Amino acid sequence: MREPTLWIFHILAGIIILIFLGIHMGIMHLDTILTSLGVGYKNPLNWSSVLIRNKALFFTITYILLLGAALYHGFYGLRNILFELSLGKSAQKAVNWLLFFVGLFLFIYGGYAAIAAYVI
Amino acid sequence: MANGTISKPENRLGIVGWFYAGSFSFERYAYILHRITGLGILLYFLLHIFGSSARISGQSSWESLMHFLGKPIFVAGEYLVFIAFCFHAMNGIRLILGELGFSIGKPGRPVYPYRISLNRQRPLLVVFMIIAVIFILLGGYDFFIAGH
Repeated sequence: MREPTLWIFHILAGIIILIFLGIHMGIMHLDTILTSLGVGYKNPLNWSSVLIRNKALFFTITYILLLGAALYHGFYGLRNILFELSLGKSAQKAVNWLLFFVGLFLFIYGGYAAIAAYVI
Repeated sequence: MANGTISKPENRLGIVGWFYAGSFSFERYAYILHRITGLGILLYFLLHIFGSSARISGQSSWESLMHFLGKPIFVAGEYLVFIAFCFHAMNGIRLILGELGFSIGKPGRPVYPYRISLNRQRPLLVVFMIIAVIFILLGGYDFFIAGH
């Protein structure tokens, strides 16, 4: 894929992360403030709260979307940093394939966990 | 130029060049911090994928992991990740706005006193950093004062 296309995907993934990780961070770490405003869950790490999110299709879908976007955004950023270190062509190729397979593995693993939590 | 192709300049400074390669502006330090926070968030995220998967092993697995991660050192570490996220997200919005041309300004004649794009970008950076600090403080209240 051409570099400008990869860069546009990086920005689009950033926007997706901003929305869904923003919601996630709000639910998990601003819970006291949000619940006082009538939004979110109190004690979001309690098993009962975790179960509510596990069984909500909205969270299952957005977790998978967030997982894919975050893996792409993070690994593309890491790839840019590594490529700036004047890597040779073969090293660049190795980095590309390594990040692709590690990213794919983590996406399958994390996606499986999100679906299994919904189904079980 | 060799054999009719433009060779990519060598990055002689390497990672040291992130921190100092001459006179750096406020935006340049935001750029460095964007990278460092990005790498930190990525590392945390990779661990988080495995940690949060404990929920499929049932209540006892989840609660024993949460008990382990409830130690002050992990709570402090998680707050650091929260700080990194607030900065990275707010600086990221600024960068996307710049990428889309919103903070660049229209081209004009170079009439003294010259207006440079920094005249628009600097206030934008300041505004987004203020928003980041507000979120960091709200998070700090939730993490350490309201109880977690």
